[in-house]
Amino acid sequence: MAKIEQKTMPLNGDAAVAYAVKQCDVDVVAAYPITPQTIIVEKFSEYVANGEVETAFVCVESEHSAMTCCLTASATGARTFTATASAGLALMHEMLGVTSGCRAPVVMSVVNRALSAPINIHCDHSDSMAARDLGWIQIYAENSQEAYDSIIQAFRIAENPEIMLPTMVGLDGFVLSHTLENVNVLPTEVVKKFVGTRNIPLVMNHKGEMVPFKLDPETPLTIGPLDLYDYYFEHKRQQEEAMRRAVKVIKQVHDEYAEQSGRSYGNGLVEPYRLDDAEIATVCIGSTAGTVKTIVDELRENGIKAGLLKLRVFRPLPAQDIISCLSGKKAIAVMDRACSFGGNGGPMFHEIRHVLYDLPNKPPLVNYIYGLGGRDTPPYMIDSIYRDLQKIAETGQIKDKVQFIGLRE
Amino acid sequence: MTPEKKGWKEIPLAGVCWVPSTEYKTGDWSANKPVWNTEKCVRCMLCHIYCPDGAIKYDPETNDMIFDYNFCKGCGICANECPTDAIEMVIKGKE
Repeated sequence: MAKIEQKTMPLNGDAAVAYAVKQCDVDVVAAYPITPQTIIVEKFSEYVANGEVETAFVCVESEHSAMTCCLTASATGARTFTATASAGLALMHEMLGVTSGCRAPVVMSVVNRALSAPINIHCDHSDSMAARDLGWIQIYAENSQEAYDSIIQAFRIAENPEIMLPTMVGLDGFVLSHTLENVNVLPTEVVKKFVGTRNIPLVMNHKGEMVPFKLDPETPLTIGPLDLYDYYFEHKRQQEEAMRRAVKVIKQVHDEYAEQSGRSYGNGLVEPYRLDDAEIATVCIGSTAGTVKTIVDELRENGIKAGLLKLRVFRPLPAQDIISCLSGKKAIAVMDRACSFGGNGGPMFHEIRHVLYDLPNKPPLVNYIYGLGGRDTPPYMIDSIYRDLQKIAETGQIKDKVQFIGLRE
Repeated sequence: MTPEKKGWKEIPLAGVCWVPSTEYKTGDWSANKPVWNTEKCVRCMLCHIYCPDGAIKYDPETNDMIFDYNFCKGCGICANECPTDAIEMVIKGKE
Protein backbone atom coordinates (compact mmCIF):
# COMPACT_ATOMS: atom_id res chain seq x y z
CA MET A 1 0.00 0.00 0.00
CA ALA A 2 1.32 3.38 -0.99
CA LYS A 3 1.52 5.72 1.96
CA ILE A 4 1.65 8.85 -0.14
CA GLU A 5 -1.22 9.90 -2.35
CA GLN A 6 -0.16 9.73 -5.96
CA LYS A 7 -1.52 11.08 -9.19
CA THR A 8 -2.17 8.77 -12.14
CA MET A 9 -1.07 10.35 -15.39
CA PRO A 10 -1.39 9.04 -18.94
CA LEU A 11 2.26 9.06 -20.01
CA ASN A 12 4.35 7.31 -22.60
CA GLY A 13 7.83 6.19 -21.54
CA ASP A 14 9.56 9.32 -22.80
CA ALA A 15 7.06 11.65 -21.15
CA ALA A 16 7.39 9.68 -17.90
CA VAL A 17 11.16 10.20 -18.00
CA ALA A 18 10.80 13.92 -18.72
CA TYR A 19 8.31 14.26 -15.86
CA ALA A 20 10.65 12.49 -13.44
CA VAL A 21 13.53 14.76 -14.45
CA LYS A 22 11.27 17.78 -13.97
CA GLN A 23 10.66 16.68 -10.38
CA CYS A 24 14.32 15.99 -9.57
CA ASP A 25 15.46 19.63 -9.47
CA VAL A 26 18.09 19.20 -12.18
CA ASP A 27 20.50 22.11 -12.74
CA VAL A 28 21.65 21.41 -16.29
CA VAL A 29 20.15 19.42 -19.16
CA ALA A 30 22.14 19.25 -22.39
CA ALA A 31 20.59 17.07 -25.05
CA TYR A 32 20.25 16.51 -28.76
CA PRO A 33 17.03 15.01 -30.09
CA ILE A 34 17.12 11.57 -31.70
CA THR A 35 14.31 9.09 -32.38
CA PRO A 36 12.89 7.51 -30.25
CA GLN A 37 14.15 9.75 -27.43
CA THR A 38 12.87 13.00 -28.99
CA ILE A 39 9.80 13.33 -26.79
CA ILE A 40 12.00 13.59 -23.69
CA VAL A 41 13.87 16.58 -25.13
CA GLU A 42 10.67 18.17 -26.47
CA LYS A 43 8.76 17.76 -23.21
CA PHE A 44 11.62 19.02 -21.12
CA SER A 45 12.16 22.08 -23.34
CA GLU A 46 8.48 22.87 -22.79
CA TYR A 47 9.00 22.78 -19.03
CA VAL A 48 11.95 25.15 -19.45
CA ALA A 49 10.05 27.48 -21.80
CA ASN A 50 7.06 27.57 -19.45
CA GLY A 51 9.28 28.38 -16.48
CA GLU A 52 8.16 25.18 -14.74
CA VAL A 53 11.78 24.25 -13.93
CA GLU A 54 14.89 26.20 -12.98
CA THR A 55 17.08 24.11 -15.26
CA ALA A 56 19.64 25.52 -17.70
CA PHE A 57 18.81 23.78 -20.99
CA VAL A 58 21.71 23.67 -23.42
CA CYS A 59 20.86 23.03 -27.08
CA VAL A 60 24.02 21.32 -28.24
CA GLU A 61 25.10 20.46 -31.77
CA SER A 62 25.70 16.76 -31.20
CA GLU A 63 25.56 14.00 -28.63
CA HIS A 64 29.32 14.17 -28.17
CA SER A 65 28.79 17.77 -27.09
CA ALA A 66 25.76 16.85 -24.99
CA MET A 67 27.81 14.44 -22.90
CA THR A 68 30.77 16.85 -22.73
CA CYS A 69 28.45 19.60 -21.51
CA CYS A 70 26.89 17.34 -18.88
CA LEU A 71 30.30 16.13 -17.71
CA THR A 72 31.70 19.64 -17.28
CA ALA A 73 28.54 20.98 -15.63
CA SER A 74 28.55 17.97 -13.32
CA ALA A 75 32.20 18.63 -12.46
CA THR A 76 31.17 22.03 -11.04
CA GLY A 77 28.75 20.27 -8.69
CA ALA A 78 25.60 20.64 -10.81
CA ARG A 79 22.98 17.92 -11.09
CA THR A 80 22.85 17.00 -14.78
CA PHE A 81 20.74 14.90 -17.10
CA THR A 82 20.72 13.97 -20.76
CA ALA A 83 18.91 11.48 -22.98
CA THR A 84 19.86 9.70 -26.15
CA ALA A 85 19.46 6.57 -28.28
CA SER A 86 21.30 4.40 -30.77
CA ALA A 87 23.65 6.47 -32.97
CA GLY A 88 23.54 9.25 -30.39
CA LEU A 89 24.94 6.96 -27.71
CA ALA A 90 27.51 5.70 -30.19
CA LEU A 91 28.62 9.27 -30.89
CA MET A 92 28.96 9.84 -27.14
CA HIS A 93 31.18 6.78 -26.78
CA GLU A 94 34.41 8.67 -26.09
CA MET A 95 32.79 11.00 -23.57
CA LEU A 96 31.02 8.13 -21.75
CA GLY A 97 34.44 6.89 -20.65
CA VAL A 98 35.66 10.39 -19.81
CA THR A 99 32.53 11.04 -17.73
CA SER A 100 32.86 7.87 -15.67
CA GLY A 101 36.63 8.37 -15.36
CA CYS A 102 36.03 11.89 -14.03
CA ARG A 103 33.48 10.36 -11.64
CA ALA A 104 30.77 12.75 -12.81
CA PRO A 105 27.37 11.44 -11.66
CA VAL A 106 25.47 12.31 -14.84
CA VAL A 107 22.10 10.59 -15.26
CA MET A 108 21.03 9.63 -18.76
CA SER A 109 18.07 7.83 -20.22
CA VAL A 110 18.88 5.64 -23.19
CA VAL A 111 15.81 4.90 -25.27
CA ASN A 112 17.06 1.63 -26.65
CA ARG A 113 17.21 1.52 -30.43
CA ALA A 114 19.09 -0.57 -32.97
CA LEU A 115 22.44 0.60 -34.31
CA SER A 116 22.94 1.30 -38.01
CA ALA A 117 23.59 0.01 -40.67
CA PRO A 118 21.11 -0.73 -42.20
CA ILE A 119 19.41 2.20 -40.56
CA ASN A 120 16.62 1.24 -38.17
CA ILE A 121 14.78 3.32 -35.60
CA HIS A 122 13.20 0.48 -33.61
CA CYS A 123 14.05 -1.30 -30.41
CA ASP A 124 16.92 -3.53 -29.55
CA HIS A 125 19.67 -3.28 -26.96
CA SER A 126 22.69 -3.09 -29.25
CA ASP A 127 23.28 0.57 -28.35
CA SER A 128 23.60 0.32 -24.58
CA MET A 129 25.14 -3.17 -24.65
CA ALA A 130 27.99 -1.69 -26.69
CA ALA A 131 28.50 0.78 -23.82
CA ARG A 132 28.49 -1.77 -21.02
CA ASP A 133 32.24 -1.59 -20.30
CA LEU A 134 32.50 2.19 -20.01
CA GLY A 135 31.99 2.51 -16.27
CA TRP A 136 28.31 3.47 -16.28
CA ILE A 137 25.71 1.92 -14.03
CA GLN A 138 23.00 0.40 -16.24
CA ILE A 139 19.36 0.01 -15.20
CA TYR A 140 16.72 -1.34 -17.61
CA ALA A 141 13.00 -0.58 -17.25
CA GLU A 142 10.21 -3.03 -18.00
CA ASN A 143 7.50 -0.37 -18.38
CA SER A 144 7.03 3.39 -18.26
CA GLN A 145 6.25 3.27 -14.54
CA GLU A 146 9.58 1.63 -13.88
CA ALA A 147 11.31 4.15 -16.16
CA TYR A 148 9.84 6.99 -14.08
CA ASP A 149 10.79 5.33 -10.79
CA SER A 150 14.28 4.41 -12.01
CA ILE A 151 15.18 7.94 -13.12
CA ILE A 152 14.39 9.27 -9.64
CA GLN A 153 16.42 6.49 -8.04
CA ALA A 154 19.28 7.00 -10.51
CA PHE A 155 20.13 10.47 -9.18
CA ARG A 156 20.41 9.12 -5.64
CA ILE A 157 22.57 6.19 -6.76
CA ALA A 158 24.89 8.16 -9.07
CA GLU A 159 25.42 11.05 -6.65
CA ASN A 160 26.07 8.89 -3.59
CA PRO A 161 29.55 10.03 -2.41
CA GLU A 162 30.60 6.39 -2.12
CA ILE A 163 29.64 5.76 -5.76
CA MET A 164 30.06 8.87 -7.94
CA LEU A 165 29.37 7.00 -11.16
CA PRO A 166 27.24 8.09 -14.12
CA THR A 167 24.05 6.07 -14.48
CA MET A 168 21.98 5.21 -17.52
CA VAL A 169 18.37 4.08 -17.47
CA GLY A 170 17.37 2.06 -20.53
CA LEU A 171 13.82 1.94 -21.82
CA ASP A 172 12.75 0.12 -24.95
CA GLY A 173 12.31 2.36 -27.98
CA PHE A 174 8.68 2.70 -29.17
CA VAL A 175 7.55 -0.30 -27.11
CA LEU A 176 7.79 1.97 -24.07
CA SER A 177 8.87 5.37 -25.37
CA HIS A 178 5.81 5.93 -27.57
CA THR A 179 3.20 3.80 -25.80
CA LEU A 180 0.72 5.44 -23.46
CA GLU A 181 0.48 3.91 -20.02
CA ASN A 182 -1.04 4.88 -16.68
CA VAL A 183 1.89 6.09 -14.64
CA ASN A 184 1.56 6.88 -10.94
CA VAL A 185 3.64 9.89 -10.03
CA LEU A 186 4.71 11.06 -6.60
CA PRO A 187 4.10 14.66 -5.52
CA THR A 188 7.02 16.86 -6.63
CA GLU A 189 7.94 17.87 -3.08
CA VAL A 190 8.24 14.18 -2.13
CA VAL A 191 10.55 13.51 -5.09
CA LYS A 192 12.62 16.62 -4.32
CA LYS A 193 13.04 15.52 -0.74
CA PHE A 194 13.90 11.98 -1.82
CA VAL A 195 16.67 13.02 -4.23
CA GLY A 196 17.85 15.91 -2.00
CA THR A 197 20.70 18.16 -3.03
CA ARG A 198 23.99 16.83 -4.36
CA ASN A 199 26.21 15.61 -1.58
CA ILE A 200 29.75 16.51 -2.68
CA PRO A 201 32.56 14.39 -1.20
CA LEU A 202 35.89 15.90 -0.12
CA VAL A 203 39.16 15.22 -1.95
CA MET A 204 42.77 16.19 -1.36
CA ASN A 205 43.90 18.96 -3.66
CA HIS A 206 47.43 19.79 -4.88
CA LYS A 207 48.08 21.76 -1.69
CA GLY A 208 47.26 18.74 0.42
CA GLU A 209 44.01 20.34 1.64
CA MET A 210 40.67 18.54 1.78
CA VAL A 211 38.29 20.44 -0.51
CA PRO A 212 34.90 19.68 -2.10
CA PHE A 213 35.21 17.53 -5.24
CA LYS A 214 34.01 20.18 -7.69
CA LEU A 215 35.50 22.81 -9.95
CA ASP A 216 35.40 26.05 -7.99
CA PRO A 217 37.73 29.08 -8.38
CA GLU A 218 37.85 29.41 -4.58
CA THR A 219 39.29 25.92 -4.18
CA PRO A 220 41.07 25.04 -7.44
CA LEU A 221 41.29 21.38 -8.48
CA THR A 222 42.57 19.40 -11.42
CA ILE A 223 40.21 16.58 -12.48
CA GLY A 224 41.14 13.86 -14.96
CA PRO A 225 44.62 15.00 -16.07
CA LEU A 226 47.41 13.00 -17.75
CA ASP A 227 47.74 9.72 -15.90
CA LEU A 228 50.34 7.25 -17.10
CA TYR A 229 51.55 3.76 -16.27
CA ASP A 230 52.24 4.84 -12.70
CA TYR A 231 48.67 5.74 -11.59
CA TYR A 232 46.08 5.06 -14.35
CA PHE A 233 45.68 1.46 -13.21
CA GLU A 234 44.94 2.59 -9.62
CA HIS A 235 42.26 5.00 -10.84
CA LYS A 236 40.56 2.25 -12.87
CA ARG A 237 40.59 0.01 -9.79
CA GLN A 238 38.77 2.78 -7.91
CA GLN A 239 36.03 2.76 -10.55
CA GLU A 240 35.67 -1.00 -10.18
CA GLU A 241 35.38 -0.55 -6.41
CA ALA A 242 32.64 2.06 -6.85
CA MET A 243 30.74 -0.42 -9.05
CA ARG A 244 31.02 -3.09 -6.38
CA ARG A 245 29.76 -0.66 -3.74
CA ALA A 246 26.87 0.27 -6.04
CA VAL A 247 25.36 -3.22 -5.62
CA LYS A 248 24.45 -2.35 -2.03
CA VAL A 249 23.51 1.26 -2.67
CA ILE A 250 21.13 0.41 -5.54
CA LYS A 251 19.26 -1.95 -3.20
CA GLN A 252 19.14 0.62 -0.39
CA VAL A 253 17.84 3.38 -2.66
CA HIS A 254 15.30 0.98 -4.20
CA ASP A 255 14.02 -0.09 -0.77
CA GLU A 256 13.76 3.46 0.50
CA TYR A 257 11.86 4.47 -2.64
CA ALA A 258 9.62 1.41 -2.37
CA GLU A 259 8.67 2.39 1.16
CA GLN A 260 7.49 5.80 -0.02
CA SER A 261 5.96 4.90 -3.37
CA GLY A 262 4.65 1.42 -2.63
CA ARG A 263 6.36 0.16 -5.78
CA SER A 264 9.21 -2.33 -5.79
CA TYR A 265 11.09 -4.30 -8.43
CA GLY A 266 12.44 -7.42 -6.78
CA ASN A 267 15.37 -6.35 -4.62
CA GLY A 268 16.22 -3.50 -6.97
CA LEU A 269 18.85 -5.49 -8.82
CA VAL A 270 16.93 -8.54 -10.02
CA GLU A 271 13.23 -9.21 -10.11
CA PRO A 272 12.44 -12.93 -9.96
CA TYR A 273 8.94 -13.82 -11.12
CA ARG A 274 7.44 -17.12 -9.89
CA LEU A 275 10.98 -18.38 -9.82
CA ASP A 276 11.33 -19.99 -6.38
CA ASP A 277 9.91 -23.39 -7.27
CA ALA A 278 10.39 -23.03 -11.03
CA GLU A 279 12.13 -25.83 -12.90
CA ILE A 280 12.59 -23.95 -16.16
CA ALA A 281 13.35 -20.25 -16.43
CA THR A 282 14.20 -17.45 -18.81
CA VAL A 283 16.40 -14.45 -18.12
CA CYS A 284 15.70 -11.15 -19.83
CA ILE A 285 15.78 -7.37 -19.50
CA GLY A 286 13.45 -4.57 -20.56
CA SER A 287 9.88 -4.61 -21.79
CA THR A 288 9.95 -8.25 -22.94
CA ALA A 289 9.84 -9.23 -19.26
CA GLY A 290 6.21 -8.10 -19.27
CA THR A 291 5.30 -10.51 -22.06
CA VAL A 292 7.26 -13.29 -20.39
CA LYS A 293 5.33 -12.82 -17.13
CA THR A 294 2.05 -13.37 -19.00
CA ILE A 295 3.35 -16.58 -20.52
CA VAL A 296 4.71 -17.77 -17.18
CA ASP A 297 1.21 -17.29 -15.71
CA GLU A 298 -0.34 -19.30 -18.56
CA LEU A 299 2.18 -22.10 -18.20
CA ARG A 300 1.65 -22.19 -14.44
CA GLU A 301 -2.10 -22.59 -15.02
CA ASN A 302 -1.23 -25.69 -17.04
CA GLY A 303 0.92 -27.06 -14.25
CA ILE A 304 4.25 -26.21 -15.83
CA LYS A 305 6.76 -24.89 -13.33
CA ALA A 306 8.01 -21.92 -15.30
CA GLY A 307 9.66 -18.78 -13.97
CA LEU A 308 11.45 -15.61 -15.01
CA LEU A 309 14.51 -13.76 -13.81
CA LYS A 310 14.27 -10.15 -14.88
CA LEU A 311 17.58 -8.38 -14.65
CA ARG A 312 16.89 -4.80 -13.67
CA VAL A 313 20.51 -3.83 -13.25
CA PHE A 314 23.14 -5.03 -15.73
CA ARG A 315 26.04 -2.92 -14.43
CA PRO A 316 27.06 -3.69 -11.76
CA LEU A 317 26.14 -7.28 -12.59
CA PRO A 318 24.30 -8.72 -9.56
CA ALA A 319 26.27 -11.94 -9.62
CA GLN A 320 25.23 -13.26 -6.21
CA ASP A 321 21.54 -12.74 -6.93
CA ILE A 322 21.83 -14.46 -10.30
CA ILE A 323 23.49 -17.46 -8.66
CA SER A 324 20.94 -17.74 -5.87
CA CYS A 325 17.99 -17.27 -8.24
CA LEU A 326 19.09 -19.72 -10.91
CA SER A 327 20.83 -22.49 -9.02
CA GLY A 328 18.98 -25.79 -9.13
CA LYS A 329 16.97 -24.97 -12.27
CA LYS A 330 16.64 -27.77 -14.80
CA ALA A 331 16.99 -25.57 -17.89
CA ILE A 332 17.52 -21.85 -18.45
CA ALA A 333 17.15 -19.66 -21.53
CA VAL A 334 18.89 -16.28 -21.68
CA MET A 335 17.17 -13.83 -24.02
CA ASP A 336 19.38 -11.29 -25.73
CA ARG A 337 18.05 -8.35 -27.68
CA ALA A 338 21.53 -7.66 -29.04
CA CYS A 339 24.12 -9.56 -31.01
CA SER A 340 27.76 -9.87 -30.02
CA PHE A 341 28.97 -10.75 -33.48
CA GLY A 342 31.32 -13.71 -33.38
CA GLY A 343 30.98 -13.92 -29.61
CA ASN A 344 29.18 -17.27 -29.37
CA GLY A 345 25.97 -15.74 -28.10
CA GLY A 346 24.64 -12.40 -26.93
CA PRO A 347 26.13 -10.23 -24.18
CA MET A 348 23.59 -11.30 -21.53
CA PHE A 349 24.29 -14.94 -22.30
CA HIS A 350 28.02 -14.44 -21.78
CA GLU A 351 27.49 -12.83 -18.42
CA ILE A 352 24.86 -15.20 -17.02
CA ARG A 353 26.93 -18.13 -18.19
CA HIS A 354 30.13 -16.84 -16.61
CA VAL A 355 28.36 -16.23 -13.28
CA LEU A 356 26.88 -19.76 -13.24
CA TYR A 357 30.27 -21.32 -13.94
CA ASP A 358 30.91 -21.24 -10.19
CA LEU A 359 27.97 -23.58 -9.47
CA PRO A 360 28.87 -27.19 -8.77
CA ASN A 361 25.81 -28.42 -10.70
CA LYS A 362 25.63 -26.16 -13.70
CA PRO A 363 22.12 -25.92 -15.16
CA PRO A 364 21.76 -26.40 -18.93
CA LEU A 365 21.82 -22.93 -20.46
CA VAL A 366 20.71 -21.79 -23.90
CA ASN A 367 20.63 -18.42 -25.64
CA TYR A 368 17.90 -16.87 -27.77
CA ILE A 369 18.72 -13.77 -29.73
CA TYR A 370 15.44 -12.03 -30.49
CA GLY A 371 13.75 -8.82 -31.54
CA LEU A 372 16.63 -7.15 -33.37
CA GLY A 373 15.63 -3.90 -35.07
CA GLY A 374 12.23 -3.96 -33.39
CA ARG A 375 11.19 -7.42 -34.67
CA ASP A 376 8.01 -8.27 -32.80
CA THR A 377 8.28 -10.70 -29.90
CA PRO A 378 4.75 -12.09 -29.54
CA PRO A 379 3.64 -14.34 -26.66
CA TYR A 380 3.72 -17.54 -28.78
CA MET A 381 7.43 -16.99 -29.36
CA ILE A 382 8.11 -16.85 -25.62
CA ASP A 383 5.89 -19.91 -25.21
CA SER A 384 8.00 -21.84 -27.72
CA ILE A 385 11.14 -21.01 -25.72
CA TYR A 386 9.58 -22.59 -22.62
CA ARG A 387 8.56 -25.63 -24.71
CA ASP A 388 12.19 -25.99 -25.78
CA LEU A 389 13.28 -25.66 -22.16
CA GLN A 390 10.88 -28.43 -21.13
CA LYS A 391 12.51 -30.76 -23.66
CA ILE A 392 16.00 -29.80 -22.46
CA ALA A 393 14.95 -30.35 -18.84
CA GLU A 394 13.56 -33.80 -19.73
CA THR A 395 16.40 -35.05 -21.90
CA GLY A 396 19.35 -32.97 -20.72
CA GLN A 397 20.20 -32.55 -24.40
CA ILE A 398 20.89 -29.16 -26.00
CA LYS A 399 20.66 -29.09 -29.78
CA ASP A 400 21.59 -25.48 -30.47
CA LYS A 401 23.20 -23.48 -27.72
CA VAL A 402 22.63 -20.17 -29.49
CA GLN A 403 19.48 -19.65 -31.51
CA PHE A 404 17.94 -16.76 -33.38
CA ILE A 405 14.23 -16.66 -32.68
CA GLY A 406 11.71 -14.88 -34.90
CA LEU A 407 14.18 -14.97 -37.78
CA ARG A 408 13.30 -16.24 -41.27
CA GLU A 409 15.69 -18.89 -42.58
CA MET B 1 58.96 10.03 -11.61
CA THR B 2 57.83 10.68 -8.03
CA PRO B 3 59.64 7.98 -6.06
CA GLU B 4 57.04 6.93 -3.50
CA LYS B 5 53.88 5.62 -5.14
CA LYS B 6 50.57 5.29 -3.35
CA GLY B 7 48.00 2.50 -3.62
CA TRP B 8 44.50 2.85 -5.11
CA LYS B 9 42.87 3.16 -1.69
CA GLU B 10 45.02 6.16 -0.75
CA ILE B 11 44.71 8.45 -3.78
CA PRO B 12 41.86 10.87 -4.55
CA LEU B 13 39.27 9.84 -7.13
CA ALA B 14 39.10 10.96 -10.79
CA GLY B 15 42.83 11.62 -11.11
CA VAL B 16 42.62 14.70 -8.88
CA CYS B 17 46.19 15.93 -8.27
CA TRP B 18 47.12 15.78 -4.59
CA VAL B 19 50.58 17.26 -5.17
CA PRO B 20 51.63 20.25 -7.32
CA SER B 21 52.83 19.29 -10.80
CA THR B 22 56.39 20.31 -9.82
CA GLU B 23 56.45 17.32 -7.47
CA TYR B 24 55.88 15.01 -10.41
CA LYS B 25 59.31 14.32 -11.80
CA THR B 26 59.35 13.71 -15.54
CA GLY B 27 63.12 13.59 -16.08
CA ASP B 28 63.20 9.83 -16.41
CA TRP B 29 61.25 10.05 -19.68
CA SER B 30 64.43 11.24 -21.40
CA ALA B 31 66.79 9.10 -23.46
CA ASN B 32 69.45 11.82 -23.93
CA LYS B 33 70.82 14.41 -21.55
CA PRO B 34 72.56 17.73 -22.16
CA VAL B 35 76.15 18.05 -20.92
CA TRP B 36 77.32 21.63 -20.36
CA ASN B 37 80.81 22.94 -21.18
CA THR B 38 81.59 25.90 -18.91
CA GLU B 39 84.64 26.93 -21.02
CA LYS B 40 82.68 27.34 -24.26
CA CYS B 41 79.58 28.91 -22.64
CA VAL B 42 79.19 32.73 -22.94
CA ARG B 43 76.10 32.84 -20.59
CA CYS B 44 73.85 34.23 -23.31
CA MET B 45 70.90 32.42 -21.59
CA LEU B 46 69.34 31.29 -24.88
CA CYS B 47 69.18 27.74 -23.50
CA HIS B 48 67.24 29.02 -20.46
CA ILE B 49 64.81 30.90 -22.72
CA TYR B 50 64.25 28.05 -25.17
CA CYS B 51 63.93 25.17 -22.69
CA PRO B 52 60.26 24.06 -22.95
CA ASP B 53 60.37 22.51 -19.48
CA GLY B 54 61.98 25.39 -17.56
CA ALA B 55 64.70 22.93 -16.62
CA ILE B 56 67.69 25.27 -17.15
CA LYS B 57 68.46 28.00 -14.64
CA TYR B 58 71.35 30.44 -14.14
CA ASP B 59 73.01 30.77 -10.75
CA PRO B 60 74.53 34.30 -10.51
CA GLU B 61 76.55 33.40 -7.42
CA THR B 62 78.53 30.65 -9.10
CA ASN B 63 78.04 31.94 -12.67
CA ASP B 64 76.83 28.41 -13.62
CA MET B 65 74.03 27.18 -15.86
CA ILE B 66 72.12 24.61 -13.77
CA PHE B 67 70.40 21.76 -15.61
CA ASP B 68 67.56 20.16 -13.64
CA TYR B 69 67.58 16.52 -14.71
CA ASN B 70 64.39 15.87 -12.71
CA PHE B 71 62.50 17.69 -15.46
CA CYS B 72 64.77 17.72 -18.55
CA LYS B 73 63.17 15.45 -21.17
CA GLY B 74 66.28 15.43 -23.34
CA CYS B 75 64.70 17.16 -26.33
CA GLY B 76 67.99 18.82 -27.33
CA ILE B 77 66.55 22.25 -28.16
CA CYS B 78 69.16 23.86 -25.86
CA ALA B 79 72.03 22.17 -27.70
CA ASN B 80 70.51 23.09 -31.05
CA GLU B 81 70.10 26.76 -30.13
CA CYS B 82 73.44 27.21 -28.34
CA PRO B 83 75.51 29.65 -30.48
CA THR B 84 78.86 28.43 -29.08
CA ASP B 85 78.20 24.64 -29.08
CA ALA B 86 78.61 24.61 -25.31
CA ILE B 87 75.89 21.93 -24.87
CA GLU B 88 76.33 18.38 -26.09
CA MET B 89 73.52 15.81 -26.07
CA VAL B 90 74.70 12.40 -24.92
CA ILE B 91 72.90 9.12 -24.53
CA LYS B 92 71.99 8.57 -20.91
CA GLY B 93 74.31 6.09 -19.25
CA LYS B 94 77.04 6.78 -21.78
CA GLU B 95 77.97 10.26 -20.58
